Amino acid sequence: MNPALPPDPTLRESATFDRATIADIQRAAETGIYDIRGGGAKRRVPHFDDLLFLGASMSRYPLEGYRERCDTDVVLGDRNATYPLHLSTPVTIAGMSFGALSGRAKEALGRGASEVNTSTTTGDGGMTAEERGQSKHLVYQYLPSRYGMNPDDLRQADAIEVVLGQGAKPGGGGMLLGQKITERVAGMRTLPMGVDQRSACRHPDWTGPDDLEIKIRELREITDWEKPIYVKIGASRTYYDVKLAAKAGADVIVLDGMQGGTAATQDVFIEHVGIPTLAALPQAVQALQEEGLHRQVQLVVSGGIRNGADLAKCMALGADAVAIGTAALIALGDNSPSLDAEYRELGSAAGFYDDWQAGRDPAGITTQDDELAQRLDPVLGGRRLANFIRVMTMEAQIIARACGKAHLHHLEPEDLVALTIEAAAMARVPLAGTSWIPGQGL
Amino acid sequence: MAALSTPLETVDEFREVEPAAVDLSVCEVRELNAALHARDVVEKAARWRVSSPDGRHNIAVGLDAGIEVEIDGHVGYYCAGMNKTASVTVHGNAGVGVAENMMSGTVRVRGNASQSAGATAHGGLLVVEGSAAARCGISMKGVDIVVGGDVGHMSAFMGQAGRLVICGDAGDALGDSLYEARIYLRGSVKSLGADCVEKEMRGEHLAELGELLAAAGMDADPAAFRRYGSARTLYNFSVDHASSY
Ligand SMILES: Cc1cc2nc3c(=O)[nH]c(=O)nc-3n(C[C@H](O)[C@H](O)[C@H](O)COP(=O)(O)O)c2cc1C
Repeated sequence: MNPALPPDPTLRESATFDRATIADIQRAAETGIYDIRGGGAKRRVPHFDDLLFLGASMSRYPLEGYRERCDTDVVLGDRNATYPLHLSTPVTIAGMSFGALSGRAKEALGRGASEVNTSTTTGDGGMTAEERGQSKHLVYQYLPSRYGMNPDDLRQADAIEVVLGQGAKPGGGGMLLGQKITERVAGMRTLPMGVDQRSACRHPDWTGPDDLEIKIRELREITDWEKPIYVKIGASRTYYDVKLAAKAGADVIVLDGMQGGTAATQDVFIEHVGIPTLAALPQAVQALQEEGLHRQVQLVVSGGIRNGADLAKCMALGADAVAIGTAALIALGDNSPSLDAEYRELGSAAGFYDDWQAGRDPAGITTQDDELAQRLDPVLGGRRLANFIRVMTMEAQIIARACGKAHLHHLEPEDLVALTIEAAAMARVPLAGTSWIPGQGL
Repeated sequence: MAALSTPLETVDEFREVEPAAVDLSVCEVRELNAALHARDVVEKAARWRVSSPDGRHNIAVGLDAGIEVEIDGHVGYYCAGMNKTASVTVHGNAGVGVAENMMSGTVRVRGNASQSAGATAHGGLLVVEGSAAARCGISMKGVDIVVGGDVGHMSAFMGQAGRLVICGDAGDALGDSLYEARIYLRGSVKSLGADCVEKEMRGEHLAELGELLAAAGMDADPAAFRRYGSARTLYNFSVDHASSY
């Protein structure tokens, strides 16, 4: 039986009090606690699927697939840093903490990223030797908690990412539940074992853009102006936040939309705070263009990026690169159908598992349990991730060539149309078959 | 980078006699920090004297050598940030985040310190001879902080490890959401933060406090202090504590 259908056709499910809503109320009444989970927003929001490329025909001519060049490389952080990052593909790996992920998962991400010459990123909880060792380009996150933050790791990083927020929870801090705080995780964070760890939501020694400017200069001074400094924001008041971040001196802005994954956040936060990636990206580009900084301050976009089409659409709307979190974990083996029976034992199923906060991941990725973690082979995982990034990159090239572009960065909004009025308004491209961009007159 | 100003170029002549002198009215903070970061900084000069800081930010940040730096005047934000090994003295007041995330070494502020002094610092000793403003020792991770005067509100917020000694009074919400950091207070406290409680002062506490006061050069009797720490009731979420968060 299809579980989406009621057992009896005369039964009518309420659109307001649907079964998921009823179950939520019942669960809250029973437990007295809100739901915490991993992953990103599950509700449908306007997204890149609502955009289409026009492709070339009479008025534009395409490039020959496989024969004519379509470059994919990107330089990040060349505004101030002596050593900007030069990556072969604009698909980067988003910051995911050791603590949320096992050491072997972090190593696999580093291996996969390095194989295709892209960057990976630390997370809340500091830098591990595994990931530094396996990552050719490692971005070191500078978070409010400053867990494990130290000047030696700062100097061995290839870039520094000041984290203001995440798309899954703009305005929220971090959370790592006690069951994942093992001796190693606790040691890196200077906390007792088994304690629920709530990372602060604000930085302890600066507030606001004027302070951030001084903070960025401090990080530059400490690292002798060698490394690019990124600023990561969750998508909310994106137009203003991007302007302020750029003026504060960011070399790269990482913009994370509401669909962005998280290791552990309240469901109500994930689903109800922040705006979709699609709505945020054009605001960020506008802000940079108005400051004369578009392409000088690079824009990395994340939150629900799943394939080469999403990548190409981000490029066309003005991003310089993307970052992937959830998709990278799936590439490593998360939610694999081969683990379905084990997911079911945990009350979930392959394709639905999101209890990344719980530390019991059968795929051995979002866990600190040694036995579970052993299940992930970092070499194999790295290869799978590299495969996936290659496919994403090639898919984007296929689209770019069809649009006559010799570099992914040559894609432009003019190549796009929207399928829905909402997407047209957010992406600021015309509704397909019309010249109408809602909000911009006829 | 512009050429170093004359005092830096003549450093060799003064070795072991006079400290290397850097005048920030004629050279940039960048030049000073680059000189202090040089691999051979100790051979060049083990002692440095910085004049005319005039509230500039990020002075002497990221040091990682056994050198002594004296700064004659007031400094802006993040002076001695992320310090390792070095000993830095500010003969004046310090702006926001002095010695933030310090790992080791000693930082001494002869005057007062602004907000977030010693924020997230992992080790070393921070001495503020005057008073420190709000959030002194916020998120401290192992540093020892000794304040001669008072501290402002939210001091030692989420303090994870290390010791905060306050010879004067403390403002509101002292030690809010404290983990394992220990607080010693001689004066009064306006209010304690969530999960922060007064604890018994036992012999070992008197002894460690005596050592801290001595290391900081503070003339105070350990017996006059009270100790505060975490009640540890918020370590794992419980719905019955929801109103404390
Ligand atoms: C398991 C996991 C852990 C994460 N940890 C962090 C973190 O420590 N710091 C951070 O800035 N973002 C963190 N994020 C968010 C990612 O950096 C990124 O913004 C997000 O995953 C992008 O969206 P996507 O998952 O749809 O690709 C985490 C995400 C996941 C899935």
